[in-house]
Amino acid sequence: MLNRYPLWKTLLIVFALALGGLYALPNLYPDDLAVQVSGASSSTPIDDAVLEQASDALSDAGLADKSSELNSKSVLLRFTDSDTQLRAKAVIADALGDDYVVALNLAPTTPDWLTNLGAGPMKLGLDLRGGVHFLLEVDMVQAVAQRLDVYVSEIKAMLRTEKLRYRSVTHEDDGSLRIKFATAEVRDQARSELKSSYSEFLMSAEDDDKGNYLNITLNESSVREIEDYAVNQNLTTLRNRVNELGVAEPLVQRQGRNRIVVQLPGIQDTAAAKRVLGATANLEFRLEAKAGTASFSTEKHTFRANPARTATLEKDIIITGNSVSNAQSNFDENGMPQVNIDLDAQGGKLMNRVTRNAVKRRMAVIFVEHKSRQKVQEVDGELVSVRVPYVEKSIISLATIQTALGNSFRITGLDGAGEASELALLLRAGSLAAPIYFVEERTVGPSLGQQNIDLGVASVQIGLALVVIFMLAFYSAFGLIANIALAFNLMLVLAVMSLLGATLTLPGIAGIVLTVGMAVDANVLIFSRIKEELRNGLPAQSAIHAGYERAFTTIFDANITTLLVALILYGVGTGSVKGFAVTLSIGIVTSMFTAIMVSRAMVNGVFGHRRLDDIKIWPLLGRDRKNADQ
Amino acid sequence: MSNVKVINFMALRKVAAAVSMVLILVAVASLAINKLQFGLDFTGGTLVEVGYDQAPDLVSVRGQLQSAGFDDAVVQNFGSDRDVLVRLGQAFNDKVGEEILAVLQSGSDANIELRRSEYVGAQVGEELTEKGGLGMLLALAIVMLYVAFRFQLKFSVGAVVALAHDVLIVLGVFSVLQLDFDLTVLAAILAVIGYSLNDTIVVSDRIRENFRKLRKGTSIEIINESLSQTLGRTLVTSVTTILVLLALFIFGGELIHGFALALLIGVVVGTYSSIYVASNVLLALGVSQQDLIIPPKEDVIEGEGFEVDMQDFEDENK
Repeated sequence: MLNRYPLWKTLLIVFALALGGLYALPNLYPDDLAVQVSGASSSTPIDDAVLEQASDALSDAGLADKSSELNSKSVLLRFTDSDTQLRAKAVIADALGDDYVVALNLAPTTPDWLTNLGAGPMKLGLDLRGGVHFLLEVDMVQAVAQRLDVYVSEIKAMLRTEKLRYRSVTHEDDGSLRIKFATAEVRDQARSELKSSYSEFLMSAEDDDKGNYLNITLNESSVREIEDYAVNQNLTTLRNRVNELGVAEPLVQRQGRNRIVVQLPGIQDTAAAKRVLGATANLEFRLEAKAGTASFSTEKHTFRANPARTATLEKDIIITGNSVSNAQSNFDENGMPQVNIDLDAQGGKLMNRVTRNAVKRRMAVIFVEHKSRQKVQEVDGELVSVRVPYVEKSIISLATIQTALGNSFRITGLDGAGEASELALLLRAGSLAAPIYFVEERTVGPSLGQQNIDLGVASVQIGLALVVIFMLAFYSAFGLIANIALAFNLMLVLAVMSLLGATLTLPGIAGIVLTVGMAVDANVLIFSRIKEELRNGLPAQSAIHAGYERAFTTIFDANITTLLVALILYGVGTGSVKGFAVTLSIGIVTSMFTAIMVSRAMVNGVFGHRRLDDIKIWPLLGRDRKNADQ
Repeated sequence: MSNVKVINFMALRKVAAAVSMVLILVAVASLAINKLQFGLDFTGGTLVEVGYDQAPDLVSVRGQLQSAGFDDAVVQNFGSDRDVLVRLGQAFNDKVGEEILAVLQSGSDANIELRRSEYVGAQVGEELTEKGGLGMLLALAIVMLYVAFRFQLKFSVGAVVALAHDVLIVLGVFSVLQLDFDLTVLAAILAVIGYSLNDTIVVSDRIRENFRKLRKGTSIEIINESLSQTLGRTLVTSVTTILVLLALFIFGGELIHGFALALLIGVVVGTYSSIYVASNVLLALGVSQQDLIIPPKEDVIEGEGFEVDMQDFEDENK
């Protein structure tokens, strides 16, 4: 009997390996240190002029770039060492001014013919690359509360137009709405009106001697919807803000029901990043209350510049910062910082409608900030730190409306140029639909990242060397085959990781190391089987055949269960540990292919076509047989 | 049938059971008394790793932090004597990292570089602890189901007892030695479950096969025979895995230390448990040939496979 694979099978294996080699290849090209220039807003042109300006600035400063290229959205300048890169960043940022975002980046050096095939190197995780990782939590209670406030105004308006007299509409602390009516009859009428317009309301009637009430809560699915909306809105806003920060290849992603992950590779200044990401500054525009307005529809606020001064304002908000379509900071004629604001069409209309009827009255611009403080509280006998959110509102300007306002005007009264430009940035990027809090933050310095890469690569190399030597010593010729299969396996892991765009982390490298140790297991199982079959007196070719056939189910069962565990790990783990689960899973699958099919193809190729004198070919395997025979 | 030298493993099964019991009791006792020293990932809090360009005096570093008001700061070297790890309890806000770097820099002439800072909110940590525990239980449950489905319930009980045994002992070592239990260690423990399971399945597979094939012999004899047949493979795979783990432990750096250690312990214990624990449980449950009577459907498949093999032999003989 001879061991042969049909030609198509051999070709298929060769093809798969070649493909793997092709897609693993980009990882051999080291990344270039680069500086990336992009426009601060999408309208900023990126063209040859920008590239030229940057190159001129570099040559003036005596810095040389390795190469430069112009893409549709950015200019990329490559440098040979990190010192030049850092200095170049400063020089270019200086020369181009605020209209451009200049960021440090790592640029792949994959040759074009590989890029055209869709191949590219693996992405490195923050623990290998350096950078900041934030986990943000969206305040869901607040998100729902904000929506309920909107319902309050809507209900009031609706009851008014329907001429249903109500005493009050209040937003209770427990997250429900309560409407007070004079009679049960009106209440029931209102109830049926509301029911037809708001299917998401769960309503119940309540009577006591003070009045007739209608209690409203939101149903589960609409609460979910509000929460989803808040998270998605925040995602968009955070993406905009991250873009404003000028980070190359940022990651902004939802995690779970109410969390958002933000990863900023290469950023070291966490303080600045956090200020911009977490800022909840927004604006409200309101009219000053007329003298004699009922107190329940007014609010008193202090001035930001002078907390002793207060003004009484109407509760109704004309518009908020959400209606701002563009904002730029600059200086007014007196050299004071100001922000020029453009409103979107809807906001402009609202502003015009209100101010038209309010000429000579005063309008306040209120600066709103959501903040939180940590407080240590005793809950169930345990001391836990609790986050107590609060909102800070203060008036930044109160000015008389001279004529009806349109969709473009300016705001003054800000606390310095820095605040003006940050407010402009936040208004441009959009406000957060609900407050967010930092619940996790990890910063990895660049030197640690590089060190992790070096250590990881060293452990893979040393681990691989040890296994290769051991297998050679133990199984000689067959050990060589297992080793080649192992090398192919490593190559395939890299190829699959690159193809899937998976991120390599330090635990991910540990997973690869572990795979190296465990992947030979399949071959060990096969070889021991072959050895046993030889002992049982089978001729060499049949022993090889039976060894591969019989070991298969064992290998399959053993690997499937390990794969299941790895998948669970993927579900449980966060961040870098997920990377371990990924490399481990990929390693398990590829090792089954290499250890079974590839090694078989090699065995067939080398031994399959001739009669074998097994003792000569496998000294160790054969020796056992002799021992057994004695 | 096979002429492998059969080692009488099961002669020592009572001793092994006693050893396992003692180890597990110690582990459980230590887990109850010492608890696990959970790392930042689980407890929440703040951690700052800084690199000095010359080795600092830890006592003075502690002094600087204390005088700045960080009374509960734990200061220790991390990896080398120039790297310092500062750990703080959870009652701090997320700005502490920056403050600590400033305090240390102002109190030292050396250049200090921020290598890493981590802040984890208490709630995130709590959730992770819950998720981690659930993950481990889920892993065990799924394994139990799979093995029960592919093998038989007694094998599945054996496998799960062996896995729980390994997990408890690794946890026990971390508890006794008061080693930091962070997320990577949890990952390692799940990997240990995977590894040990791999081993156990290979052994179980052989036990099943021999129960079906060997018509004579007691359960103990069959298990001994199976263990002897798989011993070579078990040892070789353990050696290769231990080799790479040693490489990882020695050269992988401080961040991966706990991970490599947990796996090293796990692989050693897992190898032992796949030989003694799973088989012991099988015997205790009174496994017998009746348990493995081949269901009719599988019989067909097995029969076919056998025929093919016979065909091969005949070819060779021609």
